[in-house]
Amino acid sequence: MSNVTPMPAREPEDSGSQFIHKMEAIAEKNPLEGVNFDDLEISLYRPRTALSLMLTWIVTAMTLAALIPLFAVLWMLIWRGGKKLSLALLTQLPPAPLEQGGGFGNAILGTVIMVAIATLITVPLGVLTGVFLAQAPTNSRLAGAVRFSSKVLTGFPSILAGVFAYGAIVLATGGYSAIAGAIALSILMLPTIILTSESAISMVPARMKEASIGMGATGAQTVWMVLLPTAAPGILTGVMLAIARAAGETAPLLFTALFSNYWLASGGHFNVMQPTASLAVLIYNFSGMPFKNQVELAWAAALVLVVLVLITNLIGQSFSRQQVQQ
Amino acid sequence: MTFFFAGFTILLMALLVVEIGVKAIPAFREYGLHFLWGRVWDPNKDVFGILPEIWGTLYTSLLALFFGTIFGVAAALFLSEGYLGEAVFRMLKLVNLHFHPFWGKLPQRTEALLKNMIELLAAVPSVVYGLWGLFVVIPLIRPYCNWLHDRMGWFPLFSTDLSGPGIFPAVFVLAIMILPTITAISRDALVSVPPKLRMAAYGLGATRWETILGVLLPTASRGIFGGIVLAFGRALGETMALAMLVGNANRLTVSLFSPADTLAALLANNFPEAGAKEIPVLMYAALVLLAITLVVNIFGAVVLERAAGKATAK
Repeated sequence: MSNVTPMPAREPEDSGSQFIHKMEAIAEKNPLEGVNFDDLEISLYRPRTALSLMLTWIVTAMTLAALIPLFAVLWMLIWRGGKKLSLALLTQLPPAPLEQGGGFGNAILGTVIMVAIATLITVPLGVLTGVFLAQAPTNSRLAGAVRFSSKVLTGFPSILAGVFAYGAIVLATGGYSAIAGAIALSILMLPTIILTSESAISMVPARMKEASIGMGATGAQTVWMVLLPTAAPGILTGVMLAIARAAGETAPLLFTALFSNYWLASGGHFNVMQPTASLAVLIYNFSGMPFKNQVELAWAAALVLVVLVLITNLIGQSFSRQQVQQ
Repeated sequence: MTFFFAGFTILLMALLVVEIGVKAIPAFREYGLHFLWGRVWDPNKDVFGILPEIWGTLYTSLLALFFGTIFGVAAALFLSEGYLGEAVFRMLKLVNLHFHPFWGKLPQRTEALLKNMIELLAAVPSVVYGLWGLFVVIPLIRPYCNWLHDRMGWFPLFSTDLSGPGIFPAVFVLAIMILPTITAISRDALVSVPPKLRMAAYGLGATRWETILGVLLPTASRGIFGGIVLAFGRALGETMALAMLVGNANRLTVSLFSPADTLAALLANNFPEAGAKEIPVLMYAALVLLAITLVVNIFGAVVLERAAGKATAK
């Protein structure tokens, strides 16, 4: 860059217009005269270009390194879990140690039942709280506190939900049960449902709400007939995400629902107040066993669990796409 | 009426703290604060201390956070800067399809697909990661870890050999588990940097990486930091993967290959068989874990809220 025409020095006696004339004189000649274009080209001999390219390669390599284990998990699941998968696996009871065959039908049923109970508890509670948050004035102290505590609850350790349900339900009712497991799961589902339904409801255009009130609807009618139906796809996304999370949780079930080798209705009648099997706890228990059959069952159960969780997630995402299109 | 339900969330949070706190009172009376720095856990002699567990929790989480952050932010940069789309575009250009109505959309599609897949991986249950760690990671890394121990055993980090579960496999799997969280939040923060800042930096002649390091990362730093703190909260409270991989040995150690224990793993392993005497003690340990995670989570929520407030103020 050394042979570029130097800028004229501004001498003290120059007036402003004289200086501008000097500049114009240079500009009329040829503004690019003396610029060495080779200097401007991207060249690896220049440290800043080389550094830029190097960092690009480093970031690419690091991303690939991060993605390999993530996808290796899925690959191992399909490979080791898929080998064993069969219809019998999904319908039979878990085998005793050293016994061959068996399945985890009761664990699938137990997971479904506990998640269903937890959903029944959390959906009304969470959606109505979401309605409250979306309707509350922006400076409301209570709304701020509720929003903050649900954000903090999002990161609540799942094992502590189990500890809570153990203290509050298991000790009180005197035994491990599906209900205690469901309540522990519902603590983990609640914040997701509250936060997603709040954002879904506050995305409903204000004119719809105003039109409804203008036509003489009461507040409750507006909520039931206008806000909730319009926000339904967004709320359902949140519910599906919460269900997907709850289905995979192990820690809160370890000492609330415990585990069982039998069907829930094995005593002749259906009873939710007894220890209940779940897929996640089955994976944990069987992975620690020294028997090959059990370990293989754990892999197959992990594959089934991941497929269930991912399908629930994808359904949830398809709901949110509907909302965007509206 | 919704007023009542909203109050319920605050009530629930208070109830969670009170319930665990009240059940812990007998243990607190008996062992006091000494519980926090006792090193022995022996139910037969009624001696309980959780210093190794507190240390193990913080040690594994911080190490996992370190690796998770480096790789997670790198992946977020890769995804937000459009590197992948660019690479696909170049490949299409080679076969002269880059403006084809179908193939021309491929660069954006692959980017969106990868982003969605990483977000989906955050939904894989932790017990599955634990299973993978137990049967795939540990056999895979064991020879390398023992080679390191043989050659560099004098170095405190490698002072024991890896005979099975241990801190290093736990950290490895934990870092992979928190990576999608960090990547997703950091990517959101990077994408929401106003485009005019990037344009201004390019206009001043900055190279791409001068723009990233000098403009984009500092502007998005609050959002990224909030994501890191939330991931830290998740790592602290993570139970199953650690209970399966950390080895559950009541040991106070810095060695990466030694088994150790964490608070959450202690709860998961001891609660199902706990006697009436042990339960208040475990509740006390749960209270300690609750205190640590609440502090981290509240801090993270406040940082993210500030970051969001700053972004909307612009």
